[in-house]
Order: sequence, then C-alpha cells, then structure tokens
Amino acid sequence: MLRVTDKPIDLQELVDWVTDPEAGAITTFIGTTRNNNQGRKVIALDYEAYPEMAEKELARLSDEAKKKWQICRMAIVHRIGPVQITEPSVIIAVSAAHREAAFAACRFAIEEIKKTVPIWKKEVYEGGEIWIGTQSGQPLNRS
Amino acid sequence: MKVKVKLFAILRERAGTAEITKEIQEGSTVADLWAALQQDYPKLAVPGIRLLYAVNQDYVSPDRVLRNSDEVVFVPPVSGG
Repeated sequence: MLRVTDKPIDLQELVDWVTDPEAGAITTFIGTTRNNNQGRKVIALDYEAYPEMAEKELARLSDEAKKKWQICRMAIVHRIGPVQITEPSVIIAVSAAHREAAFAACRFAIEEIKKTVPIWKKEVYEGGEIWIGTQSGQPLNRS
Repeated sequence: MKVKVKLFAILRERAGTAEITKEIQEGSTVADLWAALQQDYPKLAVPGIRLLYAVNQDYVSPDRVLRNSDEVVFVPPVSGG
C-alpha cells in the first residue's frame, strides 16, 4: 500500500495492511496540518503530486528500507488536495519482528518523502499563500 | 520530434497550464528544453529556484538527451510530508 489519495487517510487501514504474524512491532507516523508556520497563521494546506512518479518513488524508498532493515511490511499513504488543520497529510505504518527496525524504517520513510517524492505543499495562510520549498519567503501573487 | 511536458505546483501556476507539447530538435537535452520553455513562458524563470529533472517518471541529469514522446517534468523543490 504505497499511494497518494484525495480522500482522508484511515490509520486503521494501514495498520491492518502491515499486520503480520511474524511482526513483534508496528510503528506509525502521522504527519498532521499545523495551524502556524514561521509566524504565519495557517488556514489549510493544499497538496499537489505527480501521482505516477510519487507512487514509483514511494515504492523505491520502501524497497530501500527493506534492504536496510529487517522489516515485514511498509504502508505509506499521502493525501493530496486541501487538508484542514489537524487532519493527517501522510501516514506511514511499518511492521517488523523487532521495534528497532520498525522505528528506524518509519523515520527513514518520512525523511525520504521530504527529499525525493514529487509532492508539493502550498500553505494557505492569513493574508496569502506560498509554495513551501520554493522559498524566496515571499508571498506569491495569484495573478 | 515532440515531447510532453507536465508542470506542477509553482511552475504550473506561473505557466498557467499543466501540460505543454513541445516540438524539439533531435539531440536536444533536458536543459535545452528548459531553456526553450522559458522563452515561450518567461514566468517559468523563478529566481533562485533549484529544479530537479524527471523523464518518464525517473530522475535524470539535465544533460539527458530526449527521445520522441518522452514525458518530461521539471521538479520544483518537493515539500511533501
């Protein structure tokens, strides 16, 4: 289960998917929408993806995690479109025989997502909006 | 020959379109295509932006030579999570 979706993400669905009789641990990471960023009052986030490549990159990082750590299963679902404050934008679940590998692989997955997976976040804040990462730090005009 | 360019996020907004079909010469590279697109869409030139390049859903270097009907994406800094 490595995909992007425009629907709310169901944590239990990912946990069920990674559940494995050989696992002694399941770790999860939930990235949620915060109401502030760098002093700005955030109203919502709006995510956009290059879906075919995003899913390919998720598969690549999952394969890489399986080479680095002894894990059973990894599930990642990233939401696209508008995500309201407190809602999850990404959920990762990892099962492994032992907790060390489950924690490490889960951490690795979120860090890789932030580096290589073609997904972009637009922050809609009071008084403007900005594509995070493109970073002039300047509010962008809609025109 | 022709290639398909998909635009996302800040580049899509600045170009005012999500997809461009572009006629290019044999032997053109990803960097050549980017230079040509900035002629067609001057607003694509975002000051200080650091782009990555993808052809057919894989990251490539800017000197990658393009083939007919390749799908090319200029990837603005990603910010998922």
